Amino acid sequence: MMQRFLYCLPLFVLLFWALTVVVSLLWDFHPNTINLQKILVTPNLHALLGYDDLGREVFARLINGARVSMLVATVVTIITMLFGVTVGLISGFYGGKVDRFVMHITDVFMAFPGILLAIAFAAVLGAGLGNLIIALCMTSWVGYARLTRAQALSLRNRQHVLAAESLGASVPRILFKHMLPLLAAPLVVEATYSIAGLIIAEASLSFLGLGIQAPKASWGAMLRDGVRYMLVAPHYVLAVGLSLMSLVLAINLLGDQLRDYLDIKVTIK
Amino acid sequence: MKSADIKNPMIKRFLGIIPVVFGVLILTFLLVHLIPGDPVEVMLGESATSADRTQLRAELGLNHSLPAQFVSYLGKLSVGDFGQSIHTKTPISSLLAERLPNTAKLALLALMIAIAIGLPLGVIAALNADNWLDKTATVFSLTLSAMPHFWLGPLMMMVFALWLGWLPVSGMESATSIILPALTLAFGLAAILTRMTRASLLEVLHEDFVRTAHSKGLTEYTVIIRHVLRAALLPIITVLGLQLGSLLAGAVITETVFSWDGVGRLLVESIEKRDYPVTQACVLVVALSYVVINLFTDLIYTQADPRVKLV
Repeated sequence: MMQRFLYCLPLFVLLFWALTVVVSLLWDFHPNTINLQKILVTPNLHALLGYDDLGREVFARLINGARVSMLVATVVTIITMLFGVTVGLISGFYGGKVDRFVMHITDVFMAFPGILLAIAFAAVLGAGLGNLIIALCMTSWVGYARLTRAQALSLRNRQHVLAAESLGASVPRILFKHMLPLLAAPLVVEATYSIAGLIIAEASLSFLGLGIQAPKASWGAMLRDGVRYMLVAPHYVLAVGLSLMSLVLAINLLGDQLRDYLDIKVTIK
Repeated sequence: MKSADIKNPMIKRFLGIIPVVFGVLILTFLLVHLIPGDPVEVMLGESATSADRTQLRAELGLNHSLPAQFVSYLGKLSVGDFGQSIHTKTPISSLLAERLPNTAKLALLALMIAIAIGLPLGVIAALNADNWLDKTATVFSLTLSAMPHFWLGPLMMMVFALWLGWLPVSGMESATSIILPALTLAFGLAAILTRMTRASLLEVLHEDFVRTAHSKGLTEYTVIIRHVLRAALLPIITVLGLQLGSLLAGAVITETVFSWDGVGRLLVESIEKRDYPVTQACVLVVALSYVVINLFTDLIYTQADPRVKLV
């Protein structure tokens, strides 16, 4: 019984956060309303998570920060998946010079560790939500491209692909109708982990001042502000940190569960 | 000389980084040119006179064509001239020379701590698979890997420096200042190492040669240390190499949190001050370090596993 509960916990946590995002779209929590008499007030019955250094409700800013994080993660994932998967499919299908060229480009992008390139792009493009999304897109497409290309290379010479080719199917049709469905499983797992990574990346960039700008709420910026008042008002830092951790952990665990589930299906077949 | 003629795979691997390095140079070079609007105006701000602007433009060579700029960029790099910081007016190479050792110290210490924690924990988890020790280790490692550096850092600062007062809060003054940032960097890597070690060990433990070792009457200790670990180490080495890179990237945030004067902190400071030549140089140095680290990891891997040939 306990095991089943623990198994469903990540999904519950994710649904909780998704629900808060939906609710925040329908009901205005006033995350930017400043009340200077309530600076750094600790949690009480009125404000469940207290107030921040400018007298704004932490709970409201937390919810809006969640909305921004998930928005950025989802948009970037969709864009990079579309682009990366297409590039990977083309590269794996044609092979030869096209493949070598694409692999070289991905090698160059992957030579920059972690979010270094995203930081650099965000720095030169300037702050703001749009530039943040662009910067993250420019660095995240590589993972999908490589994964898809590896799978496409192995699928290239399968019987059904060769048959479709000989029947005169157009290349897009072969790629998207005959090859892509077989690649879906590892792609979905990769996307799940990547969403968690993007949430952390967005928070990191906002922490450095490169992403979402004040006064908009963002978990990274809230952490940066909260750290300054750690000793006097730990509720601020703790609330944001624990929220971020819970969401990322939930998504990672879901990714693990998804991977195990899809793996079994594959091995049975 | 076609690439097929190069028989020695090791030389081939060394030569293989040349196109990647070239690509990295191109991408880093283009960074400054991605700035929307006039880069010189952005860098100097509004208070600069037009004389300042013309001077900076001439210094950065922005009046020439793009290919010409790239050639001069390469030329300067090959003699170690990374340009001049707009903010401090000192050569960037001296800034880097000052800060790189600090980042290297931090990264190496973090690596050692991560291995010292992650490997044993992973072995314990694998040997006690599915009982409470394993579950605790797994929960521990999962929680740590969900904590980004800018959360774990302040948390450790709060507990060990502010509440307990055992360690300095930030900066570089005392000998113990390196401990908290190194631990912050190390824990994330330790979590990944634990999971990888556990998975790798579990795979190896079922192999025939382990059963043979046991049936020979060797103690559990000898079997694990001398036979199992050696086989299980290979995927761990690969992961370590890749994660060293994320250690470098994570150093950017950790150094900022703990005011540790390394290349990462230089990068963030330069972004705040819009000192883009410094930003460019930092990005270049970190990326090239990562390329070199990956190269060495590949080489170590081929030495460790005779089945793998450098292709």
